[in-house]
Amino acid sequence: MNAVLLIRTLASVVRGATPLVFAGIGETITEKAGVINLSLDGTILLSAMTAFAVAYTTDSVILGFLAAMAVGALMALIVAFGSITLRQDQVAIGFVLTLLGAELSSFLGNPFVRLKGPSVPHLPIPYLADVPVIGPIFFNHNLVVYLGYALIILSWLYIFKTQPGLKLQGIGERPEAAFARGSNVNLMRYVYTAVGGALVGFAGASYSLSIKLGWSHRHTAGNGWIALAIVIFGGWHPLRVAFGAYLFGGLKSLGSIFQRVAPGIPSQFFNGAPFALMIVALLLVSSGWLDRLLIRLPTRVRRVIHDSLLGAPPGGLGRVFVKE
Amino acid sequence: MTQRLTNLAIGLIPVILALLFTTLILLIVGAPPGEAYRNIVQGALESPDKWASVVTATVPLLLCSAGLLITFAAGLWNIGVEGQIVAGALLTTWLALNLTLPSILFIPLLLMAGLVGGALWGLLVGWLKVYGGVHEIFGGVGLNFIAIVLTNYLIFGPWKPAGRATMSGTEPFPAEAWLPRLGNLAVYPIAVILALVAIALVYLALRGTTWGLKLKAIGNNQRSAFLMGIPTHQYMMGAFLLCGALAGLAGSIQAIGVRQRLIPGISGGYGFLSLLVVLLAGYRPLWVIPIALFFAAVGVGSPRLELNMQLDSALGGTLQGLVVLFVLLAQGVKKRDA
Repeated sequence: MNAVLLIRTLASVVRGATPLVFAGIGETITEKAGVINLSLDGTILLSAMTAFAVAYTTDSVILGFLAAMAVGALMALIVAFGSITLRQDQVAIGFVLTLLGAELSSFLGNPFVRLKGPSVPHLPIPYLADVPVIGPIFFNHNLVVYLGYALIILSWLYIFKTQPGLKLQGIGERPEAAFARGSNVNLMRYVYTAVGGALVGFAGASYSLSIKLGWSHRHTAGNGWIALAIVIFGGWHPLRVAFGAYLFGGLKSLGSIFQRVAPGIPSQFFNGAPFALMIVALLLVSSGWLDRLLIRLPTRVRRVIHDSLLGAPPGGLGRVFVKE
Repeated sequence: MTQRLTNLAIGLIPVILALLFTTLILLIVGAPPGEAYRNIVQGALESPDKWASVVTATVPLLLCSAGLLITFAAGLWNIGVEGQIVAGALLTTWLALNLTLPSILFIPLLLMAGLVGGALWGLLVGWLKVYGGVHEIFGGVGLNFIAIVLTNYLIFGPWKPAGRATMSGTEPFPAEAWLPRLGNLAVYPIAVILALVAIALVYLALRGTTWGLKLKAIGNNQRSAFLMGIPTHQYMMGAFLLCGALAGLAGSIQAIGVRQRLIPGISGGYGFLSLLVVLLAGYRPLWVIPIALFFAAVGVGSPRLELNMQLDSALGGTLQGLVVLFVLLAQGVKKRDA
């Protein structure tokens, strides 16, 4: 593989992983607050369809993104309402919304299948895009990709370095204690669930308006589940979640290259690979095998590897907080 | 009496809301709602052929729901049921394409193959959960996609019909492998009986056996069940095995009955729908039967929307999803008021 091709591949990894960055970090924020929004696969489909339909009809990409974010937030709010206010099973509501989002996207999106519509314009960053190697890989994309970078850094800063971020961790980690310190746990959970959902909606829009242009039935199916798995794999940490997103995005780009280089391998193999990787990645972080392997290493090295690879779920994840 | 009537009326509110919402969606796309509903009803019920299709579509829903009642009793979310249908169909197809026996031996063997294939795929989810710490939702979803990919690979690769591979699937199975119909109707009495027996057995097992009680104990609180001396790991693996087997049987019936070959979408979404059926039934086995019939009728009726009104048949799935969503929310409202 020559250098030009390698750079082009890495650039496509960065671009292709962008929706997973938005969805993964959105869900991380939601889960940090203690709520599981399982509906991602359906939400991304419905918001991708909405974004395309709105952008097509109004000829405005921005309106498309806004509509998609509204859809994402709305789906998330249904999860919040059903589980926080009505105390129904969070997983059940999320699962129903997964199917419902997919069906609705098929029904409402039917008139928009395979139409050519507007998309986010290409926007190389002046000067930065001309830097050798780094430029074409990172700074020769569109605004959506750059917003992804910003989200990774800002979400990390917000969650770990600011006062409201620490409170966010509190309501997810130990809701009773957070309540005792004066946080309005359930209100904050509503807010963060909606914010996370809006980012998931943004991810949907970034498929249909930027990464995988247009709309077709089940256009993005499967990616929501990958995003949910990435949150676990990333140990509920935005930087590691972003790393996971690039890993899975990279797999997809590698697939299309291998198909050209080695046409003997059946193409189905590459369609299945992300899901096999999803299971393997979760095994790696959940099974405890890694810990058993690491035990041979010196404590200091072990701690570094452990902390950089593994993370625990928020203590109050999925548990409804009830005021006594 | 009035109490029961009020309860029934309250129970119907979420269904009415779901219908109102669906109507709203139809109005948004500018389609006449009355005509849409009439098409669905006619498409499901207008002739004996349609009735037969509804009964046949109920079979996989009942088999999978029976299995899911077991996994739900153990507190497990077996989303992998969809892939377990596929795995059953795959093992059945492998035998059906490579063997020929008289029907009286062949059909039972092929149905057994379905049970085994599904059970193995289910055990895989169980193993990932119990020994690998991978939540069954992710193990299940991953294995669902892998099962679909495997099916496509086999249909377009090793199992492709002589010369040309197409989306229409493998070659038809030999006639000895076909599940017998009821006269001219596309109903398979063996399948219907198996499905009803499965629901009845699960109903009895969960209700009146210590096995059922222990399973429910695990579902209520895994830790205390373990401390009480219940071998939770074995029971959970057992639940996945049984659910997988029943789903695999459904897959086998789809392959040798409904399709008489392996096609790419062999599971037909029946696994996911069955999860909705069981949620709507509130995990009560006897409620599963009428709800499965209703879901099957909507599923059989909605393709008519594409034929007559150029609407997507996903309206049926939307209606099903909305009913379950509103019922779940209504249960929450009821609990809150109580």
